Amino acid sequence: MDIKVNVREAQADCYIVELSGEIDVYTSPKVKDAIGDLIDRGIYNLVIDLEKVRYIDSTGLGVLIGGLKRVREHGGSVNLVCTNPQIRKIFDITGLVKIFGIFETEDAAMKALV
Amino acid sequence: MNQAVSTPDDTDVVDLRIPCKAEWVALARLSVAAVASRLKFSIDEIEDIKLAVAEACTNAIQHANGSQYIEIKCEAVDGLRISVRDYGLGTRPEHIRSRELDDERVGGLGVFLIRSLMDDVDYVVHPDQGTLLVMVKRLPV
Repeated sequence: MDIKVNVREAQADCYIVELSGEIDVYTSPKVKDAIGDLIDRGIYNLVIDLEKVRYIDSTGLGVLIGGLKRVREHGGSVNLVCTNPQIRKIFDITGLVKIFGIFETEDAAMKALV
Repeated sequence: MNQAVSTPDDTDVVDLRIPCKAEWVALARLSVAAVASRLKFSIDEIEDIKLAVAEACTNAIQHANGSQYIEIKCEAVDGLRISVRDYGLGTRPEHIRSRELDDERVGGLGVFLIRSLMDDVDYVVHPDQGTLLVMVKRLPV
């Protein structure tokens, strides 16, 4: 079990973080580091693509919440891409659908950022 | 000669003991998922059970200071009864709490998820002897 993190620039000042695999207490530090590196570089508008994520737990949610709080301090935002019903359900029951923009495609998530 | 196919009953117990380390949580959740599948839970219910077990183990790893192992017991009682036991020193009963839905803090999400996904959840906490979490997922009638 592992998590793969692919970071790419989509447009000026906006990056896509594409995650593949399972995000849990073991793998979430890798995601936290990737998001933290971008924020440290002054990138405050992020799309985090969860389409290839098969599993996420509270530590993964915590990393996303932490990233969102940090970019908001700089006027930025984090939008998510997620259509997996199981993962959507976790965002629904935790109420996190209210604080994240969740979209079906990267394009839609990107357009909503700018 | 045909062999009779047996089904799990409430005397069947599956025990698992993992090191209290992050890299073993996946083994715990996948093992319990296999038990739930054997008991004929749906795919959605198995996902709920997997997440609840992982959250319980994660809480043990993060809060049960000094526990070397986590013990997980699965019993075919009331559907599936899962006991997660650690032997740490760190947790106090008043520290086991859920979160409010509009709370953007990270803490408490795991307990909130466990309580949301399982039908019955009960903590037995002994500050000097660790924590026992017993949770039940019922099979739909």
